[in-house]
Amino acid sequence: MPTADELKQRIEAAIPGAKASVESPDDVHFSAHVVAPAFEGLSRVQQHRMVYDIFTGELGGAIHALSLKTEVP
Amino acid sequence: MSENPLRDAIKQAIDENDVILFMKGTPDQPMCGFSARTAQTLQALNTPFAAVDVLPDPRIRQELSALSNWPTIPQLFVKGELIGGADIVAELYASGELYDILGLERPADAPAEPQADPSPAPLGIENRLG
Repeated sequence: MPTADELKQRIEAAIPGAKASVESPDDVHFSAHVVAPAFEGLSRVQQHRMVYDIFTGELGGAIHALSLKTEVP
Repeated sequence: MSENPLRDAIKQAIDENDVILFMKGTPDQPMCGFSARTAQTLQALNTPFAAVDVLPDPRIRQELSALSNWPTIPQLFVKGELIGGADIVAELYASGELYDILGLERPADAPAEPQADPSPAPLGIENRLG
């Protein structure tokens, strides 16, 4: 079962320069706030896709829900 | 045409409706908190929109996500373009950008109070993707 800390580390490893804070009450529903220079110039949809792509195949499985807020520093 | 009539039908629905929301349940009877919030936002703006319930057949969601490259529900499209899911729609509403996207006049006051802080939604098991 993934943990909030594991998601945080995976997001920060996958997106260069990203700072993520991830919360989860139960290790299946997650809420993430991701700040990354790599989001610069991208639409919100593209920014969210970058994060979703890290968890392809897990959304709906081990990760039931991932609520996202993305931001350029 | 193509060998995927369902995907064609979804694409056609997106093309033919200026504002279309794919959701779990219906605006009057949403089956998921995220879908409910997004439908309520559109209703609050008093803008007409088409709504498609993805629940009756799991293939609808498969084909929609394959088409949009977006894994979760709800999904809002305006003039054929994916605007986003529940989190993005809430952010755009809070910032007032949603009015521009929908071609609506921004209200004189700042956008509605309840969503002024677009913090991530409370999580609910209803939006399980399965």
